Amino acid sequence: MSIQTIEDTNVKAFPAKPAEVIALTAKARRRFEPMAIAGRLASTLVPPIIVIALLLVVWQVACSSPTSSLPPPSQVWNEAYDLIAHPFFDNGPQDIGLAWRVLISLQRVAIGFGLAAVVGVALGALVGQSIWAMRGLDPVFQILRTVPPLAWLPLSLAAFRDSNPSALFVIFITSIWPIIINTAVGVRNIPQDYRNVALILRLNPFEFFVKIMVPAAAPYIFTGLRIGIGLSWLAIVAAEMLTGGVGIGFFIWDAWNSSRLPDIIVALAYIGVTGFCLDRLVAAVGAFVTRGTTAK
Amino acid sequence: MTAYLKLDHIDKSFARGGQVSEVLSDIRLTIDKGEFVSIIGHSGCGKSTLLNLIAGLTKVSAGAVLLQDKEVDSPGPERAVVFQNHSLLPWLTVYENISLAVSKVFGRSKSKAERHEWIMRNLDLVQMAHARYKRPAEISGGMKQRVGIARALAMEPKILLLDEPFGALDALTRAHLQDAVMDIHSRLGSTTIMITHDVDEAVLLSDRIVMMTNGPAATIGEVLAVPLTRPRRRVELASDRTFLRCREAVLKFLYERHRFVEAAE
Repeated sequence: MSIQTIEDTNVKAFPAKPAEVIALTAKARRRFEPMAIAGRLASTLVPPIIVIALLLVVWQVACSSPTSSLPPPSQVWNEAYDLIAHPFFDNGPQDIGLAWRVLISLQRVAIGFGLAAVVGVALGALVGQSIWAMRGLDPVFQILRTVPPLAWLPLSLAAFRDSNPSALFVIFITSIWPIIINTAVGVRNIPQDYRNVALILRLNPFEFFVKIMVPAAAPYIFTGLRIGIGLSWLAIVAAEMLTGGVGIGFFIWDAWNSSRLPDIIVALAYIGVTGFCLDRLVAAVGAFVTRGTTAK
Repeated sequence: MTAYLKLDHIDKSFARGGQVSEVLSDIRLTIDKGEFVSIIGHSGCGKSTLLNLIAGLTKVSAGAVLLQDKEVDSPGPERAVVFQNHSLLPWLTVYENISLAVSKVFGRSKSKAERHEWIMRNLDLVQMAHARYKRPAEISGGMKQRVGIARALAMEPKILLLDEPFGALDALTRAHLQDAVMDIHSRLGSTTIMITHDVDEAVLLSDRIVMMTNGPAATIGEVLAVPLTRPRRRVELASDRTFLRCREAVLKFLYERHRFVEAAE
């Protein structure tokens, strides 16, 4: 059989069909579809819900025996119901809801982290801009940044002779390093072109800092701030455990001393959710402020 | 009569790790007010270094740059540069980019309304007033370069320095911008120095073409006067004898007498 005959038979085997008109149905158009939105919501919410439910079941099973040292979720729910259901109650100086305690801790973080942000960006700009400042300060920073937050606490208690400024200092000293280091990297990476523009315009150091350096390094600065706020939230809980007061950290220590394990577990959940929100908040501010700056 | 801009026996060498490499050697050139001068040469011959020396962004090793008999040793707005890659600040809008320059240069001498009017006049000059609220990322390469030119002009410089301003653009956009630059030069009479590696561009725009020898230790090989009357039109010039003769002279210099040899290092 020649090639020609094969082609002929194939062609005959597929007779041409008359063209069909395919009507565009309403479904093809883009419009508000509740099903699609529900589907997207489900695909992001259902997996974590299943995982959390499974973890709760495992926890319940593992801690149900009477000899278990940790409470199961059902016991946490029953014994700490007041804390879960009423975050904003206020029954006097030491008996307040967890939301109040979180807010008090957040206030400390705001002051300590705010100071760290200002000082950190200024020092980072100095280190990024001046080669001699970098040579002198960078080794010091690299050593100090590895010191764990709580190791600073005795020293700051000795210096400030009061627990509240000591806690603030611990937050400050913990969160400042990533801010300094990231700002310095950002400043070092400012393109020479922008520096040339500043030179030709004869911008003075202050104008250069405000108009060129901060916007050009903003993406790096916000990376540093985001790491810094996470670290300061880590530090505040640890610092409050030791310094006392009414923060969420001290609440955990207090609960441990009076053997209220369910309370501790609820407090842990509060701390985790708050830390997550802080991280997302700084990330969102960063995305808003640096819009357009990274595009060439 | 003393020259407007004088490059007086300039040498430039860079020291790196104990090794000194001489980039420019014995550059002598005088430029009159209102003149349009192109500097052409193969890549690596130090044209951009020469422009940076005039701008004051780099310091001379020996000799001096004299602008109206005053030595230039630091950058300043009276020698505005249009950079090859536009160098607009991406976090500012087109208007704000120019406003940064205008408020720095004219912050004291012009009122707020005058400054606004001056910014708009310069944007109009490069036909970019319509995009004043856009950020550099939202406009095309040619438009960015127009804004770069407007920013430089808005400083009202004594000398406009163009560092391969059209190098990164496509041929059509480049032709449009060349026409725009010619038009601006004829209207403002600004003294202009342009770095280029495009022979046609050099002949079309310049009053004089400075041809550089190859590095290391590059110097001025030849200076060619372009005796074409202005205004010049690219279509008519395509068959003009003087144009073709100038073009040929530059091509001969670049490709016969000072052929670019890839360094065998």
